[in-house]
Amino acid sequence: MNDIIGIILICVGIAFDFLGVLGLVRLPDVYNRLQAATKCVTFGTAGILLGIIFMQGFNNFGFKALLGIIFIFLSSPTAAHAIARASHRSGIPLAKVSIIDKYEEDKELKRELTEEPIGEK
Amino acid sequence: MKVISWLMGLLIFIVFFYFNFFVYDGELLFKLINVLLFSSLLILIRVMLGPTPADRIVAVDILGVLIIGLLALFGLHYKESFFMDIGLIWALLSFIATIAFSKILEGRRLDE
Repeated sequence: MNDIIGIILICVGIAFDFLGVLGLVRLPDVYNRLQAATKCVTFGTAGILLGIIFMQGFNNFGFKALLGIIFIFLSSPTAAHAIARASHRSGIPLAKVSIIDKYEEDKELKRELTEEPIGEK
Repeated sequence: MKVISWLMGLLIFIVFFYFNFFVYDGELLFKLINVLLFSSLLILIRVMLGPTPADRIVAVDILGVLIIGLLALFGLHYKESFFMDIGLIWALLSFIATIAFSKILEGRRLDE
């Protein structure tokens, strides 16, 4: 029974992995590619490791898989956030089909708020 | 021209899945490993022809996460647990490399 649950979880995880990589290849922009690839591949790899925990039980292999899940969930959003911030600050343009850019508006608003009192004085 | 390249990509995917799941005569685990290897090949294509440096950094980061699952499946087949050690070390080095590359891309130094 545990083997069947584990194989099903591994298949679901590999499907998520493949769809995330397909998004990485097909989407038009850095930010879209980051958004598609990071979430899907993180969840897919976590699914694979969870299936291995179900198949192996809590021996040394299972504990290493659990450690892998915790490490992925801590490290992958951090790396994605760093890449998105760096690519927006280094001036990589958005795709032509995108219609809104909240981060640029926020930076302009902060610039206005910090520069106006200095100008009045 | 766009339609022709789209149809060629769809044909490649259909041929790969047909030969993987219906023609190739192996265990189920090997078929799943083949799907992950095909995904790694797609990531390497994105590394080769990504137009900006950020695309390449994203692709290398994703490859580091995908390798953990691949090595876990290898360890499941060979019934050895040291493959997970290799995967964890690979993910750690990939994470540090991604952080360093993004700081260099932003224009800051590493000790900032």
